[in-house]
Amino acid sequence: MRGLAFVALILWAGLARAADFEERQVFDAPEATQTLRVLSSTDTDSFAPVLTGFIAQNPSVSIDYAVAGSADIVDIIAQCGDCFDVVISSAMDLQLKLANDGLARRLPDVDPSAGSQWRQSLFGFTHEPATIVLNRAAFAGRPMPKTRQELIEALRADPEFFRGKVGTYDVRLSGLGYLFATQDARTSETYWRLMEVFGSLGALLYCCSGAMIDDLAQGDLFVAYNVLGSYAATRPETREKVTIITPTDFATTMMRTVLVLDTTSQAEAATNLVRYLTSGIWAETDRPGYPLPAIGVTEVPPPAGVVTLEPGLLVYLDALKRSLFLGAWSSALEQ
Amino acid sequence: MNAKPRSLRRRLTLTLIGGAAVLAILFYMVIRLYAQQIAQQSQDRILEASVTSLLDAAVVRDGQIELDVPYAAFAMLDTPADDRVFYAIYQDQTLLSGYAGLEGATAQTRRTPAFSTRDFAGAQVRVATVTQTLPANPRPVSLTISVAQTRDSLAGTLLTISINAAVFGGAFFLLAAGMALWTSASTLRPLRQIAESVARRGPSDLRPVTRTVPTELSPLVSSLNALMTRLNLSLTQSETFIAEAAHRVRTPLATVRSHAEVTLMRVDKDENRQALRAMIRAIDESSRAAGQLLDHAMVTFRRDQLERQDIDLVAICSDIVDRLTPVADMMDLDLMLVDQGPVPVKADPILIQNAVRNLVDNALKYSPPDKVVRIIVACDPDPTITVTDQGIGFPDDQIDMLSNRFQRGNNVKDTVGSGLGLTIAQDVAEAHGGHLELKNLKGGGACAVLHLSH
Repeated sequence: MRGLAFVALILWAGLARAADFEERQVFDAPEATQTLRVLSSTDTDSFAPVLTGFIAQNPSVSIDYAVAGSADIVDIIAQCGDCFDVVISSAMDLQLKLANDGLARRLPDVDPSAGSQWRQSLFGFTHEPATIVLNRAAFAGRPMPKTRQELIEALRADPEFFRGKVGTYDVRLSGLGYLFATQDARTSETYWRLMEVFGSLGALLYCCSGAMIDDLAQGDLFVAYNVLGSYAATRPETREKVTIITPTDFATTMMRTVLVLDTTSQAEAATNLVRYLTSGIWAETDRPGYPLPAIGVTEVPPPAGVVTLEPGLLVYLDALKRSLFLGAWSSALEQ
Repeated sequence: MNAKPRSLRRRLTLTLIGGAAVLAILFYMVIRLYAQQIAQQSQDRILEASVTSLLDAAVVRDGQIELDVPYAAFAMLDTPADDRVFYAIYQDQTLLSGYAGLEGATAQTRRTPAFSTRDFAGAQVRVATVTQTLPANPRPVSLTISVAQTRDSLAGTLLTISINAAVFGGAFFLLAAGMALWTSASTLRPLRQIAESVARRGPSDLRPVTRTVPTELSPLVSSLNALMTRLNLSLTQSETFIAEAAHRVRTPLATVRSHAEVTLMRVDKDENRQALRAMIRAIDESSRAAGQLLDHAMVTFRRDQLERQDIDLVAICSDIVDRLTPVADMMDLDLMLVDQGPVPVKADPILIQNAVRNLVDNALKYSPPDKVVRIIVACDPDPTITVTDQGIGFPDDQIDMLSNRFQRGNNVKDTVGSGLGLTIAQDVAEAHGGHLELKNLKGGGACAVLHLSH
């Protein structure tokens, strides 16, 4: 088989399983002798260039790429520990918990870039700030808010205009949304005031960045909070219609992380994939406007708001803490 | 005692090095133990802080515990080795959140945590557990919190400290071993110096050791000195005794001999005359032996207090020839002195005379009749006196031993002799820094060369 054939393999829709794959696709390598099974929270379109780049360097390794929500990933791994070799997710706290619980293999061969790895088993490979994305047409003639405080003031100034036109992640469903929300709340009280304003405006809640950006482009939404700005910037059909604002008060920045499951039988190929991701080579050779900004490529030095990989991330995964946080969050948003 | 001799120096060195090794190992183990305690204590303090901050965050609402976990409670457990963190929160016996199965040591109803080390989730962890009763309606609830952390960072710290302690312990040991070698060498140096100075002495030097010695050695040295004094005294006494005894024996023998000769002239019976001749012969033999013993004692005595004078060897030898010519005539022998003018040396004339007389005596004794005994005095390059005869010569296989005391050749048959003559000659030669050379002439006959030094 020459080149790469994109084969849509399995559609799991309708199956009565706790964790359904959103997408699953095999990237065939030209001289495939083994298949690396990757479970990821990143949609296939965004990640395909990275995978093809890897296969070009490792022509003997095919990749079976399955996509699931970051919260679902934990369930899938819990139900079938040896169904996958590599896990890639944007929910750093859930990934850290997997590593902390001993499910991740230590990879001593991977060069540890300072500050972006934990226990030599969990490796960050992107820096992606949470941004405020605005509908450009709706804000024509209005001052562009640069901070959360300015956004609050803009919303309060004209509540009728914005009612039903603001949106953010439903943190109960999205692992990434929960990570952003908890880190925001840890950093500043402003987050809660913003959520109360959102609640009073009847905010719409989303599972994913993609859906929010679609609604923004179509004018159904004027303001989206805590969206991965890189998604909006790279879509040609939305790029003209939205404005991406990285808040200047503080920008919570997420690292997409990769780990190799301890049960894997293909440790060498998995290690090569991790090494490829952390090297940042894939970003340098990529076309402009690529959605995933590699560590150290887009920002030198790394931004101040990067969430660090440390045991503190486990705090918000605590059942008591989570129920308290979700309780506060719900009462702020659902008034 | 048949035990293998043991080196004092080796024993001292081994003891010191062994002591240093024991100290180094002790040092390493103490440091390690101490480091282990310190490291464990610091991990326990952090776990205690973590578990206490969790305890402080707990409130009871409607009989149900609410615990707003502080971010710092887990963030403070961040370590350089990225240690894994586990925790469990129980209300009464029900797990509220965290990891099931992480009950620590017997939880105590007080705020001071109980610590234990155990295996959890495939790793060794240190667990801190507290239990506290919180007031509530209708009844108080019991809150138990365990926080655990793996020990990777602790192990890393311990490894670093262990390596450092081992390096320091090893360096200390090497230093101590070097010092042990140096110490044992320098401690035993005076002993070796005394041994060397005693060993360097001549065979008859029995003077006391006078050099300054360490106090520990002075008993040994004074004992040695006392022993040598006693030995010297005893040697002198025995020589004096021998000389005295020989002298006392010789004088009555002369009286007996003259009586026997007188009697010989008076008796006519053949068997009586024969008995008397045998008697006279035995008396001669005894007298001669006594004389040689006397000579030997004198030589030994004078050797230690050599009186060197300027003398002429030729004059001495010609004097001996004059004195012994009558004896030679009686045996039908010709005694000849061969010389090329005076040979002046610095020597003890009495000793030289003694030596030459003994050599000539021997030559006369073993030479058959009508032959020539020669005394050759030469000075080329060292002064020598050579005495030759034309007799049977020395036995070849014994030639090296003949100058030993009382050693006689195995070919002498019934010739009268004590075995002291050559010994005396050799002692004299050695006292003058020379030696006695014995050989056989090619044409038959013995040759004794007395080598002297200037």
